[in-house]
Amino acid sequence: MVNNTVKKIVNGDVMTAAKLIRDIDDQVPETREILKALHGYTGKAYIIGVTGAPGVGKSTIVDQMVRDLRLNGKTVGILAVDPTSPFSGGAILGDRIRMQRHSLDKEVFIRSLATRGQFGGLTQSTLSAIDVLDAMGKEYIIVETVGVGQGEVDIARCVHTTVIVVVPGLGDHVQAIKAGIFEVGDIFVVNKADRPEAERAVTYLRSMIGLAKKEFKNEGWEPSIIMAEALNNKGIIELLNEIEKHRRSKKVGDILVAGKRDSARIQLTEMIKSRLIEETLNRITGSPEFEKYLDCIMERTKDPYTACDELLSAMVFGLSLDPCSAPNRTSNHPDEKD
Amino acid sequence: MGDRRRIKVLISVIGLDGHFTGAEIVSRYLMDAGMEVVYLGIYQTPEMIVSAAIQESVDVIGISSHASNYDQIGMLLDLMKQNGLNDIPVICGGTIPRQHAETLLKRGVSKIFPPQSSSESIVNYITSIVKR
Ligand SMILES: Nc1nc2c(ncn2[C@@H]2O[C@H](COP(=O)(O)OP(=O)(O)OP(=O)(O)O)[C@@H](O)[C@H]2O)c(=O)[nH]1
Ligand SMILES: [Mg+2]
Repeated sequence: MVNNTVKKIVNGDVMTAAKLIRDIDDQVPETREILKALHGYTGKAYIIGVTGAPGVGKSTIVDQMVRDLRLNGKTVGILAVDPTSPFSGGAILGDRIRMQRHSLDKEVFIRSLATRGQFGGLTQSTLSAIDVLDAMGKEYIIVETVGVGQGEVDIARCVHTTVIVVVPGLGDHVQAIKAGIFEVGDIFVVNKADRPEAERAVTYLRSMIGLAKKEFKNEGWEPSIIMAEALNNKGIIELLNEIEKHRRSKKVGDILVAGKRDSARIQLTEMIKSRLIEETLNRITGSPEFEKYLDCIMERTKDPYTACDELLSAMVFGLSLDPCSAPNRTSNHPDEKD
Repeated sequence: MGDRRRIKVLISVIGLDGHFTGAEIVSRYLMDAGMEVVYLGIYQTPEMIVSAAIQESVDVIGISSHASNYDQIGMLLDLMKQNGLNDIPVICGGTIPRQHAETLLKRGVSKIFPPQSSSESIVNYITSIVKR
């Protein structure tokens, strides 16, 4: 079964790859074996991250990039990640709407993903989905994420080139500083340059990059700024050329030669994190003791801080539990202290 | 292990039909009910919808139709069969005259929701037909 699936994916079978990504997203345990076997076929694709605030034109840019890459005969995989609603757990995945003209192109694989409760832009599922597209033989993989919170920070460590999209307007500048994107952006795109104040946005970005110049020197790449009007297909060729330039730079060379250690570190950490959460958290929150602690907290016979300590001591470190013992902050488990 | 499975639905308007409001409202309903919705927008051909359904690996396809392009829905069903997507239910929403509705149901559309359908009826129906 595993061998058959792997063979199909390596041969580029779209249906099999799509179903595997679905199972990965749904955390079907059997996918682990397939991913293990696929790993040997990965590492060939060039991975580009495109990130930025909602509505800045990321999908439109990706769509135009795909057009130019296809004109050059390159095969492309796209992962478009949209946020999951924290209220319902559902999501509207609307990036594809801008890319549908490529939907009949057999060499383009477009896949929408929801963040599913993870913070930031990248999830373990996304990383595994990148591996699937890579194993399928896609030469370029473009990952679109909304830059919320720390999201774009981790995307930068999992892709070869990070493109950060901004639009003219003061609000976004403030946002840019907050999110600390200057450390992670390899290429900045000022999109919607048809709008007023685009020049000012460029000047502003340039000064921000100038401030951080010393750091960049060590890395062998100084971030560049491109003006674009994605809607009118302006600036896209320049962007792709810049990406190629970055690809040949020392920074990316180092990343590639070093075997993508950073990205491996993140992937492994994320994997352990999600297994820990999946297995340990569910075991704790699904236990009758957990419910008893909730009762005690409601009755004010126990505070949540102590409850947390005790549950962790018991369920992770194997000590005994006594949910509704007298409320105290000095533990009733003498052995817990040492 | 944690139940991470979500129902994933593709919503699209088919053919030369520029009415997107209904499709957008339904997408919103489904998101609020905890589903993931891949929204394709307007002017989609049966080929584009089938290709997206394969790449996105969806559980259900929802087609909004307010123009008289019912044979496009029939073409979609045929194309799905050719591509081995028989197990994905297709539901339709919109103003569809009775005789067309009957034909579509005979051809394999699993349910038709008239314009005033409640969000619960749509959500409940989708939940009931998706195999877990
Ligand atoms: N004026 C102008 N509008 C643009 C340009 N590029 C994109 N847009 C418009 O900006 C809007 C948002 O574009 P998207 O490509 O969906 O933006 P996005 O960043 O992917 O949005 P999310 O994925 O929702 O965060 C659309 O209406 C585009 O048509 C541009 O160069 N100029
Ligand atoms: Mg987008």
